[in-house]
Amino acid sequence: MLANSRRGDRALLLFFVVSVLLMPFVAAPFGASYPDLLQKFAIYGIFAIGFNVLFGLTGYLSFGHAAFLGVGSYAAVWMFKLLSYNVVPALVLSVIVAGLFAVLIGFISLRRTGIYFSILTLAFAQMMFALAYSVLTPLTNGETGQQVYTGDPQYLALATDPDTTHLFGVKMNEVFLKTEFLGFEAQFNYGYYFAAIFLIIAFWIALKIYRSPFGLMLRAVKTNQNRLNYTGINTKPYTLAAFVISGMYAGLAGGLLACMDPLAGAERMQWTASGEVVLMTILGGAGTMLGPVLGASFIKYFEAVFSKINDHVLHDWFSFLPDPIANLLTVIVSPFVGQGWHLTLGALFMVIVIFLPGGLMEGINRVMRLMRKLGGSERAAMAGHPGRVREGEP
Amino acid sequence: MTILTVRNVNKRFGGLKALNEVNLTVEQGTVHAIIGPNGAGKSTLLNCFVGRLEPDTGTVDFDGRSLLRLKPHEINQAGVSRVFQTPEIFSDLTLIENVMIPAFARRDGAFKLHALESVRQERDIHKHAMMMLDDVGLTRQAEVVASQLSRGDKRRLELAMCLVQDPKLLLLDEPTAGMARADTNNTIELLKQIAGRGITMVVIEHDMHVVFSLADRISVLAQGTVIVEDLPENIKGNIKVQEAYLGGAHL
Repeated sequence: MLANSRRGDRALLLFFVVSVLLMPFVAAPFGASYPDLLQKFAIYGIFAIGFNVLFGLTGYLSFGHAAFLGVGSYAAVWMFKLLSYNVVPALVLSVIVAGLFAVLIGFISLRRTGIYFSILTLAFAQMMFALAYSVLTPLTNGETGQQVYTGDPQYLALATDPDTTHLFGVKMNEVFLKTEFLGFEAQFNYGYYFAAIFLIIAFWIALKIYRSPFGLMLRAVKTNQNRLNYTGINTKPYTLAAFVISGMYAGLAGGLLACMDPLAGAERMQWTASGEVVLMTILGGAGTMLGPVLGASFIKYFEAVFSKINDHVLHDWFSFLPDPIANLLTVIVSPFVGQGWHLTLGALFMVIVIFLPGGLMEGINRVMRLMRKLGGSERAAMAGHPGRVREGEP
Repeated sequence: MTILTVRNVNKRFGGLKALNEVNLTVEQGTVHAIIGPNGAGKSTLLNCFVGRLEPDTGTVDFDGRSLLRLKPHEINQAGVSRVFQTPEIFSDLTLIENVMIPAFARRDGAFKLHALESVRQERDIHKHAMMMLDDVGLTRQAEVVASQLSRGDKRRLELAMCLVQDPKLLLLDEPTAGMARADTNNTIELLKQIAGRGITMVVIEHDMHVVFSLADRISVLAQGTVIVEDLPENIKGNIKVQEAYLGGAHL
């Protein structure tokens, strides 16, 4: 039993690493193999994994996690302005600053549980959003967003450094291989692989946390915090640690966003951004390992694809139909695409929450169980005795 | 030696005087039963021992230190474990996880950030937890999720969760409530075994069969006051006790 699940974890990690490294190929048939979108998959994957450490394990639903993402982005851009375009100091500061903010916000918000905790985190995030637009403009550059200007000192910049974000000379935005896969274009980009390494490390650490005594305590907080107190555990440091870890994940994601495109705007901290990571996690499957990454990729993919469809594209799609019908269909479908892609997302979210409360991961598990059942009964039929259905997860 | 001393404890809920000058001493290694009619203040008294409630006045001393103003986790770390009237367990976790958590709490204290170690490598904790599940007869269900247990089994699980901590004082709030007769007898046997190991117990119970099978000493609580404290054989014939239970109707 024990050995089995350890092997299971290794297989899961291996599967994850291979999928992430081959992502430019995997995404190619979906028309998603271009740097901007691949980077978003990896970065929002990190964000969602971190969010899941808090929400999936302890059940504390933070509705202000984008604040840490935003703070991480600002910290990174300031490092670009002051030191150089090298991404290493930027990421270090992003994680530290986000961690400090998480200590403060977590310490206060975790005095309450349930809906009150969610409201407190939301209030903090909205306050930070408002501050970024008002008194903190010298730091955040207000509506324009913070970015690197030619007059910035960049004390550590070398003459040989590229004029964009880089890792010791390797440019983040450089595509180093463009190839075809099954007739679709696949682009390999340094920025994606840089983020992918962090995604793999983030996943590995989250997996360790899930299997650790610390993770066990967090799961106990979710199911019965009261009992845990009467069991001699002070739950506060546990929940605060989870909150800070998850805030640091968000800070890392924010820093990476700035590494790919050195611009930080306050809209990254808005409540819609906080809501998005909640959607990602629940859509993929809260409390599961792969779910959050899946949910993040799913949402970012739909955002990229659906928001690009406009009336012309729609009309082209329906052009095989008689003109009046094509026009009618265009009118009906157009509110759901382009600017209105959120409508599609909302509808999808409803369908998934109602029919698959465990998210996409539950759907995948159901399909796998069904396939095993079918495969099992086939084999059993051949052997001439009734099929045995195994219960539980793989 | 006295392990628990309660002196002049008062507790009011609005106009209701739930506890009125309660005095109680529990000797180490004994089973002390608290009986009394519904609403007598038994659970309120127990709540004052574990930090769920704070007495208005009076003192509660355990093992040479005051329990007042301590947080529930601090009281547990001092050596007091409690079985609740409605089982308080980790319903979403497996039985073995349920028992390993209190074992970690006993070994590591109130907080330890062991985020990169693996639960699987904690062989001693696992072994210890399995032994406790064996004690309460739940070994076969070790990997079952706790919410699927029957009520009686949940109670037994909660008992194992307390026992794994090797408590100095075990508080039991109606440990056999809602159990079938056979289950009750099993539980009595189990509790006798635990008492045999020298663990001090305070038991609240309605079932007199259970009380007289287990208790070394009995306190009778009525309307927030201890009306009698004596040996079981003396309690049986006590007129005051009968009055408290039957309202003097038989007189």
